[in-house]
Amino acid sequence: MSDTPADVIGFYSSQLGVDEAAAESVLASALGRGGSFAELYFEHKRSGSLSFEDQQVKSTQASLSQGVGIRVVEGDAIGYAYTEDLSLDAMRRAAETAAQIAHGSQDADAVDVTAESYSVDRYAIASPSTSTPLANKVELLRRADEAARAWHSSIARVDASMVDEEKRVLIVRSDGRMVADYQPLLRFNVSCLSELDGERRNARWGGGGRMGMAYFNDHSPESLAEEAARQAVLQQEAREAPAGTFPVVLAAGDSGILLHEAVGHGLEADFNRKGTSNYSDRIGQPVASGLVTVIDDATLDRSRGSVNVDDEGELAGRNLLIENGQLAAYMQDRISSDHYSVAPSGNGRRQSFRHAPMPRMTNTYMTAGQDDPEDLVRRVDYGIFCKAFSGGQVNITNGDFVFSVTEGYLIENGQITAPIRDVNLIGNGPDVLSKVTGVGHDLEMSDGRWTCGKSGQSVPVGVGIPTVLVSGITVGGTQMRSGAGMSA
Amino acid sequence: MAATTFSTEPLELAARILAMAEAAGAEQADAVAVTSTNASTTVRLQKLEKVSESTARSVGLRVILGGRQATVSTSDVSDAALDEAVRTAMELAQISEHDPFAGLADPGMQARSEPQLALFDEQIPELDGDHRLGQALACEQSALDADARISNSGGATFSTSVSSFALVDTNGFSGTYADTSASMWVEVMAQEDDGQMRNAGWSTSERSLHRLDDAADVGREAAARALRQLGAAKATTCEVPVVWEPRMAAGLAGIVSGAASGEALYRRATFLAEREQEEIASPLLTIVDDGRLSGRLGSRPFDGEGVVTRRNALIESGVFQGFLFDSYNARRLDAASTGSAWRSVGGLPQIGSGNLSIEAGETSPERIIADIEDGLYLTTLMGFGVNYTTGDFSRGAAGIWIRNGELAEPVQEINVSGNLLEMLGRIDAVGSDAQWFGATSAPTLRMSRMTVSGA
Repeated sequence: MSDTPADVIGFYSSQLGVDEAAAESVLASALGRGGSFAELYFEHKRSGSLSFEDQQVKSTQASLSQGVGIRVVEGDAIGYAYTEDLSLDAMRRAAETAAQIAHGSQDADAVDVTAESYSVDRYAIASPSTSTPLANKVELLRRADEAARAWHSSIARVDASMVDEEKRVLIVRSDGRMVADYQPLLRFNVSCLSELDGERRNARWGGGGRMGMAYFNDHSPESLAEEAARQAVLQQEAREAPAGTFPVVLAAGDSGILLHEAVGHGLEADFNRKGTSNYSDRIGQPVASGLVTVIDDATLDRSRGSVNVDDEGELAGRNLLIENGQLAAYMQDRISSDHYSVAPSGNGRRQSFRHAPMPRMTNTYMTAGQDDPEDLVRRVDYGIFCKAFSGGQVNITNGDFVFSVTEGYLIENGQITAPIRDVNLIGNGPDVLSKVTGVGHDLEMSDGRWTCGKSGQSVPVGVGIPTVLVSGITVGGTQMRSGAGMSA
Repeated sequence: MAATTFSTEPLELAARILAMAEAAGAEQADAVAVTSTNASTTVRLQKLEKVSESTARSVGLRVILGGRQATVSTSDVSDAALDEAVRTAMELAQISEHDPFAGLADPGMQARSEPQLALFDEQIPELDGDHRLGQALACEQSALDADARISNSGGATFSTSVSSFALVDTNGFSGTYADTSASMWVEVMAQEDDGQMRNAGWSTSERSLHRLDDAADVGREAAARALRQLGAAKATTCEVPVVWEPRMAAGLAGIVSGAASGEALYRRATFLAEREQEEIASPLLTIVDDGRLSGRLGSRPFDGEGVVTRRNALIESGVFQGFLFDSYNARRLDAASTGSAWRSVGGLPQIGSGNLSIEAGETSPERIIADIEDGLYLTTLMGFGVNYTTGDFSRGAAGIWIRNGELAEPVQEINVSGNLLEMLGRIDAVGSDAQWFGATSAPTLRMSRMTVSGA
């Protein structure tokens, strides 16, 4: 069984000697120079990985990472320090380092810490993968390997791995709030190489979430492996992608990466309060086609991006970002929500205790529309259909964003035809979203495989989208082709 | 800041866990330990935004039992935690399967003496927060003052790091070294009356303070780059010569080095497989990896397995010289380690380059552009569009359009694409202007043709 928040608090107290009194003492040091707010983020993370290649277990790994990150806020400036040593002395020294952001000397009022409970439980698990016998996990990897090899005779290599972690976090703040969370995370990966007549093509696939071994009840290792094998073999027939601006149909699910890049990052409040985002000062304005409604939602059951509480101790929730094309709200962390005088939205996240929190996405998706997905393809004379991706990036200031397509097809005369080789697409956020001319009724969330990077910090996220038609995105292929249109 | 200049703690820590592993019955084992003190100061619009300072410490252990290997790491270095880590490693190794190639480095290749690589700047541990603050302020101020159209800032950061790395193994290797680094980074926004914002960043990163670019120069460069992108628009789809500015060319060197990884070769996941000693690039192109350049960020006395670092030519006058190896992949492919193993505490050695250099040519950057009637001067690449297996390259880009031999208007929201083998073959000019960016040095490069996708 996974830990309840009360179990986590008990764990810190009994195993690590971190209790309310210790936290109060460290907070007193943190506020010793008059900072306006202080917060302690304790993290205890056990992670493991198993990798399987050449049809055998190649390596096994386990790691323990624990420590506390101490943040002192003075206005909108912060002092930050962390220590892996959870002795009271070491924590107080780190607190004194973080306290230097403030320049006062007055004695702060003593903090009275109270453990708070909350009722949400978005990823309770009966059998954490971290306490599952390794032999059982090896068996899953072996099944994946065999299934990929059996899929097609050209599959020359299969690499499979399983990575899991259990993280116990405890957040204690100078406003007296103390909350805890137990956050499991599992990911299963398969990579396949197809080799045919000397031509090599590869593909990766995988999934997971905040789940234990129950993930495999709905996702067999065979199905994940066959998907990787299918994509690798498909690439053997892929032809050069066209170069130029064309209509693009995004398949439901992983294409949500477009939203993550086109609007997601640009709606993180830190960039907006600083005026460096192309969405700054645009609340209430149209930023997308009226067909577009976008939500960031930490509440999805067991999703990779879900959290019960964010890394600043706020309850995480469901936040409407764009409603029928109109910008509704930014994603907030503590400093930004103070700036905007709004309630924190529960988006303050961080990679680990070594990092200060920032506004980050959780699971970001577009809500379902009215269109028949197949009809969206039929509306395109010549364009691209995108299904699987390797990643994306955005420049939040000028709004340009890219995403790399690893499974894509040409659309010719309303039909999906030949697969195309890996190709990058580039667009400008508000421009591309204003060109959304059709939204399917088939909203789908990606399986848990995405990790988002920002300012050197990685956090797990989810993305989702229904089938969507965009009337024009620049496609970075190598095949010159001029003149392309789209019928209504 | 009260950091000691050189810590013996990592060596003691690594030796302690290694002894525990041997006592527990590990046949072969190695241990790595790292401590690092990192401090940074960020300002934005000339106000202090963030100060951070911490010392991190962790230890990792690899055990090999009958060809079965496992790795563990912990940031809790109490005896109880180390004991648990050793026990876990021994248990995990039982689950792994026999791999005849698993093992430590060949002791004959390991370092026996410590060369003078000038990795440590004694000034850096002595710096106080005021110095970092002053440098960050000066850097941003210079960017803000550069032009009235510099309207906003993403901030400027000055950071320093003092690290010690130790590696010990059961063949008797025991080595440790300390190094320092300092870096400065700034991002600013330029804005014109139409409200369109264009941003750019610039940075400098070195092992010693005296080698860092001047704070004011870093700021001015960021400002100039933001300003020259004002008014950028999409180009029209075409096939044209593409000039890679030195910073972009440095990224290309990194891609070549990634494709030259012996692990990628083993996985057959590189377009360079089976092309050793073939002419894969223009004869103008020479790329060298060197782990022993004095004072450079990619230098170290020995690699993550204790093997002596060295110079490895990757491409010599267009001919691919060979792959980079750690000991494991070298054994799998009947090759020798090239001293290219990198080791974090948390895993097996990984292959990577030391300092990468694209050798400078003889053509001035102005001359390289002067020949071009219509082309792209590439200053920004975005995204992940490199397929190492096929060599397919398709990435988002921005830059400046070249007209009649001169830099003309800025462009953005375009893609550049090609296949890396063709692209390397199409390099028809190499600049004389090689410049260091962290651990990579590169000059301006010109490719005779790439596909540019736009409107």
